[in-house]
Amino acid sequence: MEAGQHIKVNLREVDMTEISKDKLLWLYERMRLIRTFEDRVADLFGQAKLPGFVHLYAGEEAIAVGVMAHLSDRDRITSTHRGHGHCIAKGVDVKGMMAELYAKATGLCKGRGSSMHIADISKGMLGANGIVGAGGPIACGSGLTAKVLGTDEVTVCFFGDGAAEQGTIHESMNLAAIWKLPVVFVCENNLYAVSTPSSYHCAAGEICARAAAYDIPGLAIDGTDVFAVYEASGEAIARARRGEGPSLIEARAFRYYGHFVGDPQTYKTKEEMEGYKAQDPIATFRKRVKEHHLISEAEMAKIDDWAKEEVEKAVRFAEESPYPAPEECLKDVYVSYPREEVEL
Amino acid sequence: MTIRTLTFREAINEAIRMEMRRDPTVILIGEDVAGGASLPHLEATGGSEWGGALGVTVGLAKEFGRKRVLDTPISESAIMGAAVGAAITGLRPIAELMFVDFFGVCMDQIYNQGGKFRYMFGGKVQVPVVIRATIGAGLRAGAQHSGCHYSIFTHMPGLKTVVPSTPYDGKGLLISSIRDPDPILFFEHKLLYGMSGEVPEGDYTIPLGVADIKRKGKDVTVVAIGRMVHFALEAAEKLSKDGIDLEVIDLRTLSPLDHKTVLESVKKTHRLVVIDEDNPRCSVACDIIALVSTRAFDELDAPPRMVTAPHTPVPFSPPLEDYYIPSVEKIVSTVKSLFG
Repeated sequence: MEAGQHIKVNLREVDMTEISKDKLLWLYERMRLIRTFEDRVADLFGQAKLPGFVHLYAGEEAIAVGVMAHLSDRDRITSTHRGHGHCIAKGVDVKGMMAELYAKATGLCKGRGSSMHIADISKGMLGANGIVGAGGPIACGSGLTAKVLGTDEVTVCFFGDGAAEQGTIHESMNLAAIWKLPVVFVCENNLYAVSTPSSYHCAAGEICARAAAYDIPGLAIDGTDVFAVYEASGEAIARARRGEGPSLIEARAFRYYGHFVGDPQTYKTKEEMEGYKAQDPIATFRKRVKEHHLISEAEMAKIDDWAKEEVEKAVRFAEESPYPAPEECLKDVYVSYPREEVEL
Repeated sequence: MTIRTLTFREAINEAIRMEMRRDPTVILIGEDVAGGASLPHLEATGGSEWGGALGVTVGLAKEFGRKRVLDTPISESAIMGAAVGAAITGLRPIAELMFVDFFGVCMDQIYNQGGKFRYMFGGKVQVPVVIRATIGAGLRAGAQHSGCHYSIFTHMPGLKTVVPSTPYDGKGLLISSIRDPDPILFFEHKLLYGMSGEVPEGDYTIPLGVADIKRKGKDVTVVAIGRMVHFALEAAEKLSKDGIDLEVIDLRTLSPLDHKTVLESVKKTHRLVVIDEDNPRCSVACDIIALVSTRAFDELDAPPRMVTAPHTPVPFSPPLEDYYIPSVEKIVSTVKSLFG
């Protein structure tokens, strides 16, 4: 990919035999763990066990996993409302995540965050975000840190098609381009900003075309195909790591549970919902690795069982954990501050 | 430590310079903070001497290079968010918001992101960022370049707010702010930049959350902020001729707030007047009056009063703007009314 190049391709013919067996197993394991986690969260939310709101990533697993396959803990990401998949792909502990969704003291954010604010700086996860488009500037700052300190760390900014219409995303892509920051912008176009279709909210019809305006590479890919994501993001991340600046990838996929769990999705037709199944990222992966005899059915079944067990362990951990003591409300606003003023 | 006379502008510049020398993770970002980014004739001479819209950061790019003194596009959200993102990943950025009135285009990054990260993330992150912003009326700059607005930021948990009134305080408070682990809004009054005062050459800090009694007195506690501290001191000189002895407290930091100094003073003087150039509703002035009314009501011999800007935007025409800014005369008459 070169700056100014605007490619629109389906990379289904990526040569997956070049990917190591360990990496293939990891891709499957992470996608399966995300799906199992999200399905279980939907179930728990239906049982009224989780306060607040949850925006689920089921259907978009290939994007987070395909990108994160190229990142280490030292690399960083900014995330969105729909952040569970990014967390799991980045290696964030699912027990801590589940406990956070349960609003328990053992949650990753001690029950102060919620689904929309899960962060784990030690894993380079700079936070899910309740504000659409807010991650762009933060990702630029993270990229600036790498540049000023002279490290080769890369930051990936995930944002949705809805966020693409925020000024912050324009400001960030422009800033990253003029400063040649090691930031990769990954737009997860799941076709809807809440219920408003991207065909309506996006004047140009496609978001990746905007890359031309920043003189950076832009690429549209099938976000349900983990190999396409792996290939495209690998190149963009390597480019950023070499100090050649940002890229924009628009990955198209579907969100199975709608905007949030409980979304009646009345704005979609039955045919559209049925159509998703033909492009399910996990089913697609299974089919393709089997065709090429890369991973056996038994190996995948083992991972399926492992994922179920991990999620059930997380649920048990969350259920057995205590709620935070009410006075915890007063802590951690600042590093140092007179307590009496927080309490006023 | 050698003490020289510096302007407020020079004192701020010196604080940034000293911290950038001491700590390689301190960077400066903002619109035109160096000036003339990428222009070949400037690159050749090692950078511009433009140094910001009001010349405060002059010479810093020359000393530290444009890798640490970064001119930005006019993208306030990106500037503030990049500063926050850099702060949580290992730098100590100083970001400049040229005029505080521009907060409307980037408040999310300051408050929802920078101000809430530590809390939302369960105390597992620090956000050591300083956002410098110019404030204040008096330059005939009109409604969108003249506000104070520090009350808005003081209202928000997660942010600290600092308003120095002298070159000495400016340097010491800015050094403390840069070293502080929390997000700080550091407000510089445009009409103070040219003011001179004694400033020690070396490294010194003034702790956040400690007010300064700029004039000791026994009859009335006058709490003032920023440029208004000087107005209060002038009023105190005039009133001393009438036998009224003002104690002038410079808050210096609005969040955290030094309750103790204010309350102790009121317990001594039994009278309170707050002088604030910000708009009055939901303001720091109201906050101080609420503090004293709820904690020291029985100590008061007269109703607490405040002298503030009116509840209007800052007007342009000189007679209108002069009317808008709290005056020494208004302070004098308000203080006198307490003894009616």
